[in-house]
Amino acid sequence: MIGEFLVLLYIFVLGIFVGIEVIGRVPPLLHTPLMSGSNAISGITIVGSLISAGAGYSTLSSVLGFIAIVFAMINVVGGYMVTDRMLEMFKRKEDKK
Amino acid sequence: MISLSVDAINFAYLISVVLFTIGLKMMSSPKSARKGNLWSAVGMLIAIAATLFEKQIIEYHYIILALVVGSAIGLYLAKTVKMTGMPQMVAALNGFGGGASAIVALAEFLRTTAVPSLDVSTTLVLSILVGMVTFTGSFIAFSKLQGLMRSAPMVFRFQQAINVMLLLLTLGIGAVFVYSPMSNMAFTELIVIFAISSALGILFVIPIGGADMPSVIALLNAFSGVAAAMTGFVLSNNVLIVSGALVGASGVILTDIMCKAMNRSVWNVLFGKVGLEIDMGAKGEQKQVVHYTPQDAVAMLDRASSVIIIPGYGLAVAQAQHILHEMTKLLEKKGIKVRYAIHPVAGRMPGHMNVLLAEANAPYEQLCEMEQINDDFSETDIAFIVGANDVVNPAARYKKDSVLYGMPILNADQAKTIMVLKRSLKPGFAGEDNEIFYNPKTMMVFGCKRHADENSFTAKGVPLDHWQA
Repeated sequence: MIGEFLVLLYIFVLGIFVGIEVIGRVPPLLHTPLMSGSNAISGITIVGSLISAGAGYSTLSSVLGFIAIVFAMINVVGGYMVTDRMLEMFKRKEDKK
Repeated sequence: MISLSVDAINFAYLISVVLFTIGLKMMSSPKSARKGNLWSAVGMLIAIAATLFEKQIIEYHYIILALVVGSAIGLYLAKTVKMTGMPQMVAALNGFGGGASAIVALAEFLRTTAVPSLDVSTTLVLSILVGMVTFTGSFIAFSKLQGLMRSAPMVFRFQQAINVMLLLLTLGIGAVFVYSPMSNMAFTELIVIFAISSALGILFVIPIGGADMPSVIALLNAFSGVAAAMTGFVLSNNVLIVSGALVGASGVILTDIMCKAMNRSVWNVLFGKVGLEIDMGAKGEQKQVVHYTPQDAVAMLDRASSVIIIPGYGLAVAQAQHILHEMTKLLEKKGIKVRYAIHPVAGRMPGHMNVLLAEANAPYEQLCEMEQINDDFSETDIAFIVGANDVVNPAARYKKDSVLYGMPILNADQAKTIMVLKRSLKPGFAGEDNEIFYNPKTMMVFGCKRHADENSFTAKGVPLDHWQA
């Protein structure tokens, strides 16, 4: 059995390769929405903050969790919404009118 | 509240990761991009919902309040930001993401009762370091782009030496923490790392000029991903690690693209201090440019059969993209082929100019990338340069002592006629005089110096009513 850390490291390294493959195909046309959209994904850290805020360990850790949720949620909601707003504008000629 | 097993939650995370990846993949075409973003958002929703059933969560009042507050702020920002303000917005979002990761890592240290293993304590330190540098660095970038502070580089003596020392100090304290993570001083050490990292973020971005912000934002984007991944190691949480890796890769790729488009290394962007005020006064001989009136320009455009428009940030500053698109519609009605040539660094962040033109209703087939259109200039009647400068400066091709040397440029000078709409002959960010202005094929059409007024494009030289008549 290999250690847990090593498994996580495998996941991390493979994740980077997937990221490079997938993102390398995004045309420059969409680089701004790509940034705001991938930005929203980095708000996934909210998953950790939910546990910090809700585990009821100490007031300090709950308060830190609270701040972290607020930050991450701004990132998530703001990121996805603004990306959607931008992508909505990208239309072809026939769609315009 | 009922709770789900660890396996069930992790299975939900797997679905989230798949949706994130599919979402990013769908970004490869403007047709599917919007749906891709939606899938990615659904993935996030699943991850959040699944986590709420985690058995460690015993109280919900903080969580609900925080979710509401964060969503409201995010929603407000997303709905009110102007498209020209997108770089600041992305900078701010990067900052919040990085800050959240750092805080989670700190809170996790307080919460956990087990002795942190070597890898957990190491990634904990890295998460705080990278997360806080992202947080404060992004807010400096935000302030520079928003005009809250001067965008010119702020430099002082021993700046880099101080930065390196602070970084070493942080790593040193980090090593002490990793050595004995359960000592009485451990939490204090983390707080000190937290504080120094915050200072480092500020010190790292203030010497970087406004023109380099696109690369810096892309780099901070990568940092926010790395911070999330490090927090993932601390929590042994796969979804954080994979998502962080995806975002980190995206940020690195974009940083690389921006640096290549400016022919600079990341190192040079971070430490090169480009954009300091350059004394342009004593540059020797006065060269002559030929001035034309807007009417001349209109007459010329009328006779053309193909036009390539080269927009620069000056266009966005003047908010002239809408009226420019009106112009292209009029030209097309006359059967003139019109396209836009978009340099990778046009605008204030990667792809920014495309967003601005899309907002003005320009269909995306008209928006051409540099490689795609650069060979077409020689068969084009008019290269219509509006608010752009450095990206068409031929000095980049041969003038070895120029800061622009080696930067890929648009071949505007190969068009039969070059039309330049500008406020003045002032050089661009690079501070390099542009010989294209003095080319005999060039028609210079100067506009008024004031910007951002309603009729600025008319003021800049093209009276629209002339066409409509």
